[in-house]
Order: sequence, then C-alpha cells, then structure tokens
Amino acid sequence: MSDPQAVTTAAPPPTLGGGTVTPHARRRPSPGFFVKLALVATVDALGVYGVLAAAAVASWGIVAFLVLALVVVNWAYFSPRALPAKYLVPGLVLLLVYQIFTMAYTGWVAFTNYGDGHNSTKQDAIASIAEQNETRVEGSPTLPLSVVERDGELGFAVVQEGVVEVGTAQQPLAPAPDATVEAGRVTAVPGWDVLQFVDVAGRQDEVTVLRVPFSDDPADGSVRTQDGSTGYVFRPTLAYDEATDTFVDTVDGTTYAPSDGGNFVSADGTVLTPGWRVGVGLDNFTRAFTDSRLSGPFVQITAWTFAFAFLSVVTTFALGLFLAIVFNDARVRGRKVYRSLLILPYAFPGFLSALVWRGMLNEKFGFVNEVLLGGAQVPWLQDPWLAKVSIVLVNLWLGFPYMFLVCTGALQSIPADTIEAARIDGAGPARILRSVTLPLLMVSVAPLLISSFAFNFNNFSLIYMLTGGGPNFVGTPVVVGHTDILISMVYSVAFESGTKQYGLASALSILIFVVVGVVSWLGFRRTRTLEEI
Amino acid sequence: MRRSIPTTAAALGLTLALAACSSGSGEEAEATTEGAATAEGTLTMWVDDTRITEMEPVVAAFTAKTGVEVELVQKASGDIGKDFVAQAPTGEGPDVIVSAHDGLGEWVNNGVVAPLELGDQAAAFSPAAIAGVTYDGATYGTPISIENIALVRNDALDPDTTATTFDELVAEAKEAGTDFSVLIQQGDASDPYHLYPLQTSFGAPVFESTADGSYTDTLALGGEAGDAFAAYLAKLGQEQVLDLAIDGDKAKQAFLDGQAPYIITGPWNTSAFLEAGMEISVLPVPSAGGEPAQPFVGVQGVFVSAKSANPVLANELVVNFLATEEAQDMLYTEGGRMPALTASAEKVDDPILQGFNEAGATGAPMPAIPAMSSVWASWGATQAQIVGGQAGDPASAWEAMVGTIQDAIDQA
Repeated sequence: MSDPQAVTTAAPPPTLGGGTVTPHARRRPSPGFFVKLALVATVDALGVYGVLAAAAVASWGIVAFLVLALVVVNWAYFSPRALPAKYLVPGLVLLLVYQIFTMAYTGWVAFTNYGDGHNSTKQDAIASIAEQNETRVEGSPTLPLSVVERDGELGFAVVQEGVVEVGTAQQPLAPAPDATVEAGRVTAVPGWDVLQFVDVAGRQDEVTVLRVPFSDDPADGSVRTQDGSTGYVFRPTLAYDEATDTFVDTVDGTTYAPSDGGNFVSADGTVLTPGWRVGVGLDNFTRAFTDSRLSGPFVQITAWTFAFAFLSVVTTFALGLFLAIVFNDARVRGRKVYRSLLILPYAFPGFLSALVWRGMLNEKFGFVNEVLLGGAQVPWLQDPWLAKVSIVLVNLWLGFPYMFLVCTGALQSIPADTIEAARIDGAGPARILRSVTLPLLMVSVAPLLISSFAFNFNNFSLIYMLTGGGPNFVGTPVVVGHTDILISMVYSVAFESGTKQYGLASALSILIFVVVGVVSWLGFRRTRTLEEI
Repeated sequence: MRRSIPTTAAALGLTLALAACSSGSGEEAEATTEGAATAEGTLTMWVDDTRITEMEPVVAAFTAKTGVEVELVQKASGDIGKDFVAQAPTGEGPDVIVSAHDGLGEWVNNGVVAPLELGDQAAAFSPAAIAGVTYDGATYGTPISIENIALVRNDALDPDTTATTFDELVAEAKEAGTDFSVLIQQGDASDPYHLYPLQTSFGAPVFESTADGSYTDTLALGGEAGDAFAAYLAKLGQEQVLDLAIDGDKAKQAFLDGQAPYIITGPWNTSAFLEAGMEISVLPVPSAGGEPAQPFVGVQGVFVSAKSANPVLANELVVNFLATEEAQDMLYTEGGRMPALTASAEKVDDPILQGFNEAGATGAPMPAIPAMSSVWASWGATQAQIVGGQAGDPASAWEAMVGTIQDAIDQA
C-alpha cells in the first residue's frame, strides 16, 4: 500500500487511454506499454486482493511479503533503470514462494516438536483444554433458551419450571415476570430485544462464549448454549488463570504450569493435552542417531537406497542410449513411429504406472504370472530379492524413455563431420562409439545422470505405490521393509507408525537432502573434467 | 507516470472499494448477508466417499428447513481424519466432519474437535453408539450409524450351517467343493480388523478395559492367549484358508462369483451381493479359540470442529437436526446402515441388517484412544508375516510385536 504507483496502475485514469501525451512523457507510449500496463494492473489487482484477504485473517507475514512483492514488481516494470530486473523478477518471486519458502519452513519445522499432540499454537491449546474440561453440572435441567440483547449487550432468557429468567455475563439469572412465553420459549422480554435465529447466526462467536451465572454462587456453574436455543448449566473442572499462565483444577486445586516441552504439566508430572508447538533445538536431529528404533534397519536401508538409485540410473541410461543409437541410424525404417511409441511410458503419470504394475505383478492374479507365465506363482513383490528386482525393472520401464529422449537429442547434436573424420581415419563403429560419440555425449548427458540419481534417491512415489516398502523386515521395531528407501522409511517412521511427527520427518528429510547434495556436488565436480575434451 | 495527489487518492479509494467488494463475496459473506432471509451462512462438511450420496438429500432437507447452506466436500476415507488434524488449526478445515469414531482420541488430543451436549436426546441412542462418540467423559459427536462385520453365507452353496466352531465351519465350507472355504480379506499388510473376531475368541483383545468398559493403554493381546492365536493364524495360512493375495476386492469378487460359501465382511458389501441376485444370510462368526468371537463395533458420527467459525449453525445441524428421528430415518432410507438412534433402529426389518446387529451385540467398541494408532501398522505387518510363513515361530513373532507396540505407545 505504501507505493502510490502500485495503486495508480491498478485503476488507470482515462487520460492515458485517450492517448494524450502527458507533460512528463518524453515520447508517445508504444502499444507494448499498454499491454504491460494491463498485465501489471492485473498483477497489482490480484496482489491488493491478496493483501486485503490476508489482512482479514491477520496473516501479517503474507501481507508483508505481498506488499514488498508489489513494490518490487511495479518498480521493476516502470523504472527505466531496471532492465535486468524485468527479466529476473518473475523467476525470483516464484523461486521464493516455491523453493526458498518451502525449504525455510521445513528447516523451521525440523527444530520444533510439531506433530500429534503439539498441533497448533499455545492459544489454541488453552482454548481446547478449557473447552474440553467444562462439564455439565450433574442433574442440572435442560433450559429452553432465547438470546436477548440490550444496548449491544447479549444475555440469555431461559424458561425454568415455567418461570422466565434473564441474565447476562455480569448479571446472574433473575426472574423477569412480564416476559411472553410461546411454545415453551421466551418470545418477548420488556426492555430486551429477543434475537431471531438469523441474528444469532450473525453473532455466533459472542453467543457461544457467553456464560451467564446460574445464581449468585459461582459454584452453581453458568448457563451456556451451543445452538442459541437450548441452554445447559456447565462448570469448568479446569480453569485458566491468565495472570499466572496456569490451569487450576477447580476440585482439588492442582496447578498445571507450562513446560519447555509445550504442555501444561502439574508438579506430579500429569500432562494436559493438547500441547502446542515449541522449539526443541537439535533434538529431532540427534534422535535420528540415538533412537534405537530408527538405527536398527538404518544401514541396510541406506545401502539399498544407494543401490536402487545407482541401478536405476545405470539401467535406464544403458537401455535409453542403446535405443537412441539404434533409432538414430538412418537405415531403420519407421523411426518416427518407434520413437513416438517409446516415449509412451514417459507420458503416463509415474505413480499410476506403479499402481498398475503392482496389480500386474500380483502373485496369484497378476497378468504377468497368470498370462505371460502360464499360471506360475512367482512372488514378485513378496520375496525380498524379487521385490528389489521388480522395482528396478519397473523403474527401468518408467525411466528409459527419458534417457532415450535425452540421448537422441545429444546424438543429433554431435557434428556429422567429426564422425566422418573418424571414419576416414579408419575407425570402426565400435571405436567411433567409444572414442568419439560417448565422450561427446557425456558432456551434455552427465549432469542429467546426476540429477536422475538425485531424483531416484528420493523416488518416494514408486516405492510407496509399488511395494509400500514391503516385504517387511521380521521383528524390527518400526514397520519398514526390504525395499524401503530412506525417504519412505522417514514416512513410515514419522507418519505410519502411530503418531505423526512432522518435526522428526523434517529433520530426517534435511539429513537426506545433505546426503544427496554431497553426492551431487561430487558428481558435478567430476563432470567438469569431461568438458575438457 | 507521476499523478497528482487527488487522482492518486481517488484511484486508491476505488481500488480499495473494488477489492473490499470482491473479498466480501468470499469470507465475509455472513457479515454482509446477515439480514437476508434465505442465506444465513454456509457450513462446510467433510464426508468420505462411501457416505456422500446418502448425506446429500439429508443436508438438503436441513437447508430447506433452516436456510443454512451446507457445502459437502468429499474426502478419501483413509485421509479424512489426518487432513482434519492438519487443517483445522489453520482455519481451512471444515465446520463439521462425518467419520468413524476411531480417530476421536487423536482429535481430542490435538484439540481439533469441540465437545457438544446432546442433552436428553443422548438417552435415545444405543449405549454402544454413545460410548463410541464419548472420550474421557465428554460427548463429542452425534452418532448416526453402527457397523460391524459378521459371517455372510451364500445360501445356494450351504443352506444350513451346523458348525459351532471356526474349524468345523472351514470343514463344512470345504464340502461345498468351491475354490475357497471361508473368505477373510487380507492384502500385503494382512487385515487385523477382519481377523479380530478370531483373535478375541482366543481371549486376546487389543487393550485391557476398565470396569466401565473404556480402554486403558495397557496391551492385552500378548500372553498365552496371543501365542495361541498366532499359532492358529499360521495354521490357517498353511491350510490356505487365509491368503495374503486375497485383498478386499478379490474376496468380494470371489464370493460374488460363487467361489466360496462363506465370507467375513461388513454391511457395506451386502448390497452388492443382493443386487447380483444372491440369497445370503448373516450369522455371528463362530468361535475359534473357545471364547466368544467379538468383532469391532464402529460408530459413524458427526463431529463439530473446535475451530469452526459457525459453531451455532454447526450445532443446529449436528445436535438439533441429525440427532432427530426424522433425520436418522432418512439416513437409513438413503444409506441402508443400522441407525444409531434406537427408535429408528427398531423400525429396521431388514433380516440382513438384523443379522449384523445380532453379530455385533457381543462386539467390542473399536478403541478410540490415541495409543490405538501405534498398534495398526505393526499388528498388520506381523499378522502378514505369520500368515505368509516368513515369521518362523509364530508365537515369538507375536511376542516381539507386543514389545514393539508397547515401546511405540510408551514413546508417543
């Protein structure tokens, strides 16, 4: 909002539309300027809408980001000095939103105890504890209730044994003899407006938090309503004391004080739920190494993760390269048709294909056993080794078209005269492949192989959809299996084995990120030597 | 591009006005349409895919009665509880959620569900239904239906059951000469829910319960009774009565195709059997270990979010409308599930549903305590290894599982 230009452009005054030259303009605006004006105006309009919507729900972080983004966008596109920024801003904004923010958020969560039981803020936790520990007074009556209003103050009018009583938050229920009762419910009280359902619906928050004392004695509890038409007498069993920030048991006086772990805890260690999110420092990271439930199968799973990622890259690259070379030969007829068909597996969503393969590899009813193998019962996904083989084969099917495409492109960019020269020098096809084609190919393909390794290292959807990590290890403390890779193990540990632990999951995924990062960095350093050919 | 201050101010005012109008049609709808006769606000209600069609006409009746619009959002039944816990604190969750009661403990523990007061109407529900939606002494929802599994028989293959134990039943079923005897759906992770009647018949319930019937988080599935059940599971696996390759869909299809005289399943599958023209009967599951075979009894309930911006409207729907006989009758007509309200349940004269009801009479409520979520994964995985024969000694695999689950509960 601080930039007047951001607003001006959102609603351009008519003088500009008429094409008249303003005193400050040095030249007549080109048609492109109006296109730009319209586009930036649209962006600004969306941005201002976002600012207002975010402000309405008090998300000040989003407000600040949007205001800043709008200022930068308007400056970049209307300042003549900001030429590079015109190209960089859209990418940078998207990078911030989709990459930096997600990473920063994951990083932040990794240092908190966010998860089951610590799901929200302290404020929410206090509200929930107070709400869950307010109980109906035993043997108390059900009161037909009407919500009444006087000078903006809300009150309840109830009918108790034929007598109408009215009260407010300050004023305990007291008889109101002149009130009108129709069908057991108060319809008019002198001096008060009786609210209709529509009006109650408009002031829901005020109505549901209103507590009208049942009598002068606070121990009798107070009347509250959930629906604006029936009241019950409730008494809190735990009361929150704002001054000391503690919950006090109204019966035995036990106090529950907030702990470092994000819970209200009594002196004898009784914990109230829910708790709230607090920072726990490096606990989540150290747990990855100290928790005996995690360290058990860890080595085996890490080894398989590396093996799986490596085998996936090698097999898909080998097949893709072979097919690319074959279909790059002008003597093959119908190359275009073959090439199109070979890309098909790449065109299906990977997780869908994985599910279909899971069905086809079913031991008793799968297409592979039933039709192709004539009723054999090969336990493709049930045997630890066969399951690993199945995963690599299915990933080969899913991944070779990518390598095929990449290699075809790289092969076609190798100059024909280099090959020609090699041939004139007397090199045979195998020698040309080994000494000319492959080295030239690797210059452009090697970085893609590294990124493919990084992708497969975290190929969660394939593992989850095809085997679900199974067959499971026998007797391990967490349910993980022979085909689980690190990221699916994290999922299993942090979400499926009982309680959800977002903090732990974030910490573990950051550790995986570090591993992948190091491997990729080493790989890229190696590929630099390839470029020196 | 420099403009005078009045022009800027005018443009600013216009922009704000436009933006305010556009956002007013969204989140702030209640404030601006308060006085209108028809729309008093909109409730968002999450329903899983198996229940959405029966909910549609019921909420339409509510809208006709009160003018409150209800927006039904379909969720996958496996995700509905998880998404609720994750989204309620952000304010993006629903006002009202329809779900099985077994996630209740977790919701209370995360503070996402609000207690509600059914008042005198509570006595009109079956005690099991109220027990299902009650946690730590407070009521959190309106129960709408009760479900449990039972033994379903194909009358064409075996018109009269004489077996009194599960072993006799398998022997009797084999006389029919079909591919399968008694179908119990499995899958790669087995299916503890469908095997639970057999497990309880050995006297090995998941948790110990207190005198008033509520569960403690002390495990009871181990010990000699658990070992005996584990051995029995291994036996059923060897005899091919249980087969991990038979998942829910395959079991249902095999029974539909007349390949088995018996299946252990729930009322959600029987309508498909009847539509295929089969003659079926519903019986209690015979005991395998000598004690009564108790299935889990699941209660479907409607719950109000603790973070709902429309608590009055939500309670109007959940307490004042869905707990009435009219609404429960309507839900039964539309969905064909056993109503939780006693008066509506008494009107049900369908022999199939009555069969399920009788089989569930001895059942045990599905535990809703948070510790239960630490049980499922290990439980299923171990049963699968015992049935599939990878476990070696069934009893020691079972004892290892009990230790693992107890650790997981203690750590949580």
